Amino acid sequence: MSFRIAGTGMYVPENIVTNDDLSKIVETNDEWIKTRVGIERRHVSVNETTADMAVKAAQAALENSGVKAEELDLILVSTVSGDYVSPSVSCLVQKALGVHCLAYDISAACSAFLFLLETAAGYFARGKVKKALVIGAERMSRIIDWDDRSTCVIFGDGAGAAVLEEGDNYLASLFNVQGGDEVIRIPTPAGKSPFYKGESLGDPYVYMNGQETFKFAVSSISRDIKQVLEDASLSLEDIKYVVPHQANLRIIDAASRRSGIPLEKFYVNIQEYGNTSSASVPMALDELNRAGKLERGDLILFTAFGGGLASAASIIRW
Amino acid sequence: MYFEKIAELIADKIDCPVSDITLETKFSDLGIDSLDLAELAMNLEDEFSITLEMTSDIATVGDLVKKIESLVG
Repeated sequence: MSFRIAGTGMYVPENIVTNDDLSKIVETNDEWIKTRVGIERRHVSVNETTADMAVKAAQAALENSGVKAEELDLILVSTVSGDYVSPSVSCLVQKALGVHCLAYDISAACSAFLFLLETAAGYFARGKVKKALVIGAERMSRIIDWDDRSTCVIFGDGAGAAVLEEGDNYLASLFNVQGGDEVIRIPTPAGKSPFYKGESLGDPYVYMNGQETFKFAVSSISRDIKQVLEDASLSLEDIKYVVPHQANLRIIDAASRRSGIPLEKFYVNIQEYGNTSSASVPMALDELNRAGKLERGDLILFTAFGGGLASAASIIRW
Repeated sequence: MYFEKIAELIADKIDCPVSDITLETKFSDLGIDSLDLAELAMNLEDEFSITLEMTSDIATVGDLVKKIESLVG
């Protein structure tokens, strides 16, 4: 026993920020961003919190699934940009939905949505839950350095959600975690302790070593896809879509070249949303679902990578 | 010997004649940016079984050749 996906939902802020808009804030331009990162626009919150977006994505997923909020036994949220350290975003979602069930957040940066699925699968396997809600929700605009043109053009805000119910459609998963803070890190605010004399961990914004992130991402995607297919005794031809974390179009391009997997096999929507961290995979899944591109029985392969460093891949049957 | 292989990988990457690439060629003149360099580094790592970090002092093809020579030994 694991789960099947009963429905999906997503939400992005109405406010669209184009590359031209960004060129008024930092020294950049539309052509450079399009060719170097593959992003045309992103949605950026004006007055919505991470929890607000998570709730809207959750409501859309519940409606899509036909499951009522009060049926939920578990709510899991992934985020690196929660509104509070405590309470968790999942607790805020729980309150907004007016339900009482187990609810907590999981921190695994951009690949975290796959960690949510893995965690939820464990609850289903033990028969502890019958309906679960998993959400990736990110207000990256709060934690990026808007003076740094190399990172601020990449990210966007949004949330994606899925409602899970009992089933056998979680076919395979793998996780590679290699801890370290050298390549990607997001420090928390320094605080005011009069006693701490240790080293400052830096400004509370996203830091990425672009080249090392690229290498980790490209090698992870290429290796993880091959491995998870092997684990599931499947071949690429069996897979309808590879849904990658939408970090940078050039990462997907390079992974396609390196792995020999045709670019057309990857579902890409980064041009519209930018990198929404752990929200990108469920947002892409919801787009596929609502566009009518998925039929029951289709196999979908998720592949994600990011801070940790961590990468993950999984295969579900729709 | 490293130069020929490196030039070949670069030419393949940016789709230009190998003859356009000399030891003095700057990556920036070829329109190669930091992410292109990262992908090139991955290909070189595979080719020469090394771990290669493209530090900022590698500006020309000659710089890269020297770096590879020092790593391969």
